[in-house]
Formats: sequence, structure tokens, C-alpha cells
Amino acid sequence: MMADKQSTRVAYGKALAELGAKNEKVLAVDADLAHATMTVDFATQYPDRFYNFGIAESNMMAAASGLANSGYTVFASTFALFGAGRAYEQIRNSICYTHANVKLGLSHAGPSCGEDGGSHQSVEDIALMRVLPDMTVLVPCDAIEMKKAVFAAAEKDGPVYIRTGRLPTDICTAETTPFEIGKAITLREGSDVVIFACGIMVAQALEAAELLAAEGVSAAVVNVHTIKPLDEECVLRMANACGAVVTAEEHSVIGGLGAAIAESLMGKTCASFERVGILDRFGQSGKPQDLFREYGLTSEAIVKACKRVIMQKHASSQQR
Amino acid sequence: MTETQHSQAQQIRTDILKMLYGCQSGHPGGSLSVVEILLALYNHVMRYDPANLSWEERDRLVLSKGHGCPALYAVLAQKGFFPRESLWTLRQLGSILQGHPDMRKTPGVDASTGSLGQGMSIAVGYALAGQRAAKPYRVFCVLGDGEAQEGLVWEAAMAAAHYKLNNLTVIMDYNQLQIDGTNDQVMSLGSIQDKFRAFGWETLETDGHDISAIAEVLNRPASDAPRFVLCHTVKGKGVSFMENAVGWHGKPMDQEQFNAAMREMGC
Repeated sequence: MMADKQSTRVAYGKALAELGAKNEKVLAVDADLAHATMTVDFATQYPDRFYNFGIAESNMMAAASGLANSGYTVFASTFALFGAGRAYEQIRNSICYTHANVKLGLSHAGPSCGEDGGSHQSVEDIALMRVLPDMTVLVPCDAIEMKKAVFAAAEKDGPVYIRTGRLPTDICTAETTPFEIGKAITLREGSDVVIFACGIMVAQALEAAELLAAEGVSAAVVNVHTIKPLDEECVLRMANACGAVVTAEEHSVIGGLGAAIAESLMGKTCASFERVGILDRFGQSGKPQDLFREYGLTSEAIVKACKRVIMQKHASSQQR
Repeated sequence: MTETQHSQAQQIRTDILKMLYGCQSGHPGGSLSVVEILLALYNHVMRYDPANLSWEERDRLVLSKGHGCPALYAVLAQKGFFPRESLWTLRQLGSILQGHPDMRKTPGVDASTGSLGQGMSIAVGYALAGQRAAKPYRVFCVLGDGEAQEGLVWEAAMAAAHYKLNNLTVIMDYNQLQIDGTNDQVMSLGSIQDKFRAFGWETLETDGHDISAIAEVLNRPASDAPRFVLCHTVKGKGVSFMENAVGWHGKPMDQEQFNAAMREMGC
């Protein structure tokens, strides 16, 4: 693991600008948050391919569909809450329903955006985007993966949601780690329990696996960067191999990664199962690290969940 | 309006009534009020080629008041975008003609609309694309009046003026009725013209049932601002018992009503 931390929003901005140099059909639109979502990098280098729509996210999303349906690849950015939330219906009807080539790079997702508080911390964006027909949902785990996600999204025809974060976080992948939409990455092999994680919780999952290893527990860690389409083959294979499953996400346990995996596994495996995530609560102001403790988004919380599902696995195998 | 124009409009109205009677659902009032606006566009203003749907320089129409689509479908069929027989499949399973416009299913439809207020924003996107590529096409957006109660319309109005989208024309089918009553009973719009002017638009108005008058206004040379055209119309136009009647927004006709309407069409 590399020592220096980087935020996925900064990586998003850099990747978008780099993509702009390679593809003249790429446009970026923002809603007065270019310096926060980091589309400012693209806007500075390609001012004639950047449109600021002002603080009017709904108009931005529907207009983005018009631009995309005229032959452009449009990256639309604002905070996750104001894109996935406020402009939800424009994303649904103008973007997804028309299969528009719009990529939603929405930032400040989750409590990791910190002090701004619950009104700005989206805990439901993955759920909202995941239920939309035709939408692809990407939650990159670090700055390196973010760049790959941006380029892969641009290659893919149709709408893609990319969740970005404000907080500089650990690097968990390498430049050489392959990235393919819909293909989960096993970062660590293990046999007692498998942890499926996305976004900044991947680093926490890796840390949890280290802590468990010190206690003689073998935990696999899978980076599920694509929530939709979910890599169901990998999920089922790893669940069956380990017999105990924990999911970890910086998002509500309702409707996100954990829910997607639960839906996928239901009826197909005997593995015990637990979700680590936000338990049906809004966020609040605070330092990110304090919020992670408050909401149970830590490696320690993952370790405890792993121990519980391993106990359940053993209990149920004894019953049989 | 000439005799030919009148009979063209009667033909479209006849098709609308047959379509709506056939599927026993849909929106007669707002379909009948928009007929001349669409005929002016497709007969005298817009450039398009039914044989080349993806022609980049075609003019675009966004029917933001998507529930008026039976009128659009009847006009598109007449122009050869799809076979006339398709009209009788409106709103049925597997039809290319959905209850509200679907650009992925219907040849000649350039925007999926029906969720009110979104069409103008989509049109802003099309107009921006035309402007940045220096394409000569124009973008037309037909807006309902009640629809202007959506805040999104005004976000789009602001953006269109900001980006000086003089290739964009918004046409309001101003029949002054919506589902729950008159505009003034439900949510007063005040002076729509003044509002658009305040947002920096060129504003014009005309009789929305006079094809020549509508075409004349739409064909005027562009200024440097987006254009708003208020078309005074009658909801349910052409069918006496539907005209200016609140109840005919989205009500199916029974056989007796259909026969009476057909007689008024001269059928």
C-alpha cells in the first residue's frame, strides 16, 4: 500500500482533462461546483468544451442528454446528492430512458465529505442510481482506479454513474491492476470469510484482513468497483468458497453494495452474511475519521462483522 | 388560413380522434390545440428528411408537452416517417407509438418527453450542440402552458439566454387550461411574455390556429436571443363539446361522442 493519500475527485478531474486531450467529442458540464468536483481541470484546458449551468442541476442533466444525443460524450458533475438526488428524474427520463451517452461524475458522496454535514452527505446515491434501467454504477476505490473508471466509462456507450469522494484516501491498487467494468477484483485471497467492499471501504477491508490474519483468520478481500452490472459469478464463487460474507460500503446498507450482493446471493448459497455500512441514518458534521467511527465505517467494524459471520457459519454447520 | 390548410388540419384532427377513440385513453384536448402549430412547423418551417433520420443538419422538434403526441404522430405519418397504419396501434403493447414520445421507438421523434418541464432543457442541450458545431439547424420546443409552473422551465430559460441560443425557439400552446382547471385557478402564470422578456428572450405572439400566421412568425430572421412565441389556442379545438372544456384533458370518448366528433370533422 502506498503511503500518500489522494482523493478520487482529484483523480477524476485529472483523468477527465486527460481524456479531453484524447477525445474531442468529450464535453464537461457542471453546476457551479467545478472547483469541488474538479471538472475545473477540464474547464481550464478546454474552456470551449465546458458548460457551467449554474446552480441548476436538473436543467444541467436534461441539457446534458440533449448534448449527448447530438453525438457528444458528456461528463456531468455536481455533488452526488444534488445530481443523483435532486436531478433524479431528469437522469431517469432524459438520460437513461434515451440511453444518452452521459457520464455522471458525482462527488462528495458519503460521510467522508465531513464538516458540511448531513444535508450534503449522500448516503443513498448508489441505491438511487442502481435501480435505474440502463445505468452502470461504478464506485472506484482509489485515485488510480478512478482514472481507469473514467476512461472505461467514456468507452462504454450509454449512461454511467461514477461516485467520487472528497477525502484523500489510501491507494489500494496499482497502475497495472486490470480494470474492466463488471469485473470485480480479488485483492487478497482468503478462506474463512470474504469481504466485498467498494470505494474508500476497500482500504478498510484490506486493513481488516490484516488484523484478522494476525489472529489466524484468513479473509479474502474483493474490490467490487462495479455495483451494476454486478460480477455475480465472482460473488457467488467467493461466497461459496468462504462460507461467510461481509460487505462494506460508505453508503446506506439499504440499496447499495450490500443489498446488491444480498439480492444476488439469495437462494444460491448457504454462506452467512452481514453488511457494514450506514444503518438507515443521515450523516452529520464532523471530521471524517470521527464520522467513520460514529457510523461504523472502520476496519474494526469489519473485523467484528467477519468474526460474527464466521461464528454463524460454524454454528450452522454444526446444526447440520 | 387557406382552405387547403384548413382541410389539412381537419385531416390531422380526424386521425387524432380515431387514434384516441381506438385506444380509449390519451389526451384529446391538448392534442387538438397543437395541430396548427405542428402543421406550420412541418409544412412551412422545419427542414427534415424522413428518409434520413440521422441527418445532422435537420431541425429538431422537442414536444415538451408530450401528452399532445397523437397530433405529432398524425403529422409524422402524413410526412412519411412511418406507415399510416401504425397510428391505430397507439398506446398498445409493442407499438412504436407510446403514450408519450419515445425517441428510441418512433422515427422522427427527437426527444423523449412527457415528464413536464424537461423538454426545454433537452432543447437547450440540442441548441448548444448546434451552436458549438456551427450547424445551421434550428431547435423548436413546444411547451404547454401549465408546464411553465415547473421550475425547470425557468432554469432552461436562464441557460438559453446565458448561452445566447438564438437557434432555439420555444412555442407555447397557450390554451389556458390544465387538468384541474384554468391556469389561473390552479397556479397563475401571470404574464408569460413578460417573464420570458425578463429572462432575456425575444418574445412574439400569434393566433395559434392560423398556420400562415404561425409560420410567418417562426420564419422571421433570428435575433441574437432565444425566441419565445406565445400561440393563443383553444383546448379541444375543432370539437365543439371539447372546446375550452376542462374535462377533456385526458378522457376517452364513448361511441356517441366519437360519432358526434367525427360528424364535426365532416366524416
